[in-house]
Amino acid sequence: MKILVPVKRVADPDNANKMKVSDDGTAVTSEGLEWKINPFDEYAVEAALRLNENGASGDSLGETTVVSLGTSDVVTTLRQPLAMGADRGVLIEAEDAQLDSALVAKALAKLVEKESPDLVLMGKQAVDGDSNTAGQMLAEYLGWPMATFAMSIAVDDDGKALVVGREVDTGVLTLKVTLPAVVTVDLRIVTPTAVQNGVTPADHGYNEGARYASLKGIMKAKKKPIDQLSLGDLGVEGSPSVTYSKFELPPARSGSVAYVEDVAELVQKLQTDAKVL
Amino acid sequence: MADILVVGEILEGDLRKNTLSAVRFAADAAGATGGAFDIIVVGDGADAAADTAAKYGARKVLKAQVDGGYVAENLAATIAKAAQDGGYKIVTATAGTTGKDLMPRVAAKLEAGVASDIASFEANGDELVYRRAMYAGNVFGFATVHTDVEVVTVRQTEFEAAEEAGSASPVEDAEVVADPAAERVEFVSLEMQKSERPDLTEADIVVSGGRALKSAENFDNVLVPLVDALGAAMGASRAACDAGYVPNDLQVGQTGKVVAPKLYIAVGISGAIQHLAGMKGSKTIVAINKDKEAPIAQVADYFLVADLFDAVPALTEEIKKLA
Repeated sequence: MKILVPVKRVADPDNANKMKVSDDGTAVTSEGLEWKINPFDEYAVEAALRLNENGASGDSLGETTVVSLGTSDVVTTLRQPLAMGADRGVLIEAEDAQLDSALVAKALAKLVEKESPDLVLMGKQAVDGDSNTAGQMLAEYLGWPMATFAMSIAVDDDGKALVVGREVDTGVLTLKVTLPAVVTVDLRIVTPTAVQNGVTPADHGYNEGARYASLKGIMKAKKKPIDQLSLGDLGVEGSPSVTYSKFELPPARSGSVAYVEDVAELVQKLQTDAKVL
Repeated sequence: MADILVVGEILEGDLRKNTLSAVRFAADAAGATGGAFDIIVVGDGADAAADTAAKYGARKVLKAQVDGGYVAENLAATIAKAAQDGGYKIVTATAGTTGKDLMPRVAAKLEAGVASDIASFEANGDELVYRRAMYAGNVFGFATVHTDVEVVTVRQTEFEAAEEAGSASPVEDAEVVADPAAERVEFVSLEMQKSERPDLTEADIVVSGGRALKSAENFDNVLVPLVDALGAAMGASRAACDAGYVPNDLQVGQTGKVVAPKLYIAVGISGAIQHLAGMKGSKTIVAINKDKEAPIAQVADYFLVADLFDAVPALTEEIKKLA
């Protein structure tokens, strides 16, 4: 099937506690932190590759296109999924200040109209903004069905539908969506048997997690096409509907850690000092 | 003056308790702007959910019965129509998985911007500024929504459940609107993890286990006795869930459940940034870990450096003596 995977670059999530706020509070800076592909989008790339290949034979079953919004720096971010096995990339030129989740969704909707994919597969949230809205808004702008927080995907009805297991507060909610559809993915979509395309043997042992790009993949990626479009080319205009007037670091927890000698001291402190027992 | 519509969540045929956090936000925001708040319940069991919702001081409660399991496409159009008809400035829900799934669709229908998972707000006249966690809770941003209608989801742990008002709101029917997208979705099943224990997001005490517990059996034999002795809810790190020691809905973290109990005990959890994001709002944090330098020490109030397989049974015994 033809799959479109939107990806976002974010400041190294494993060092999110090193984010800083400018002195006047109007900007967040990630100075010194490496840019990485948003982890959930990386899982979406992996899920797309699993859907579009026979995992045992390596045969390709469809085309996977990755798209990102940003300045030309973002081309580096696109090379990683291309190196993993995606077929082509699209860069939609935009400055961060021009965007919010709704505009990202509108731009993607316009791109979908041009590209006509069967499936848009993306991470459930970007770990910088943590908004968890773009995928849902995209589905609505397209008038498509959606399945969010996917932990499993199985192709059904001869490739016309997907059965998606969603992680919800109370357990697992399973939906069947007829393509074309939007699916946003959660952590466990990259467990070894979470993606079943009906072609790869059901017990095929994928590794846990997204695949590493091989050296060969990295070399091939340099030649894969990346189309560049502007927001204007897509007919997207308007300014963000959500803006941030200031930022602050969270209040530090008072005091420092008290190491206790043994269980008895812990219980005594929890009763007498913390008064929680 | 901002009128506010609360979108209630229906679970197992009644109003889900987490809705009351959105009600709290709506009551506070309506009060601050001189407006009123209503509650709408759409789904299977709307009648019973409406009767429950009517106890919380809303100006009115709207209801629409929609049969079958939860499918956002079956609900969003009805909610959007009610929001338009009522001229609400703000449409809100609690940021559980239902709220996060459904509300952006409602927002897109209303051409409304979304402020997700807010921790608090300030009112400047009619304009609200929303404070929300970003970068795994390492930065707080102050967001303004510039569209005519604003959609807001609220973090359950930051808005205490609204209390019963002592009188009943009037209940009326909302018009059900069909959406063509709904024809392409089918609800298949909901497998719920049933537990007698308190809900993770509501409990006063949470005991969470990490990968160091090494097996599902150890969770049962070592951690559960402590959880139950404390009458606590049980949580887990992502690593423990991924390893299959416990079901995924126990995951505490940036993209799992956010909890803020009076007491959080982290057993064998190193304290990855993503885990801290889900529990560092807890009042008192205890870590039990062999590694004195584990990152969890950055947020812990008390740290017992010990082998959890010795310390946890010993702690369980001490707790039982207190009862």
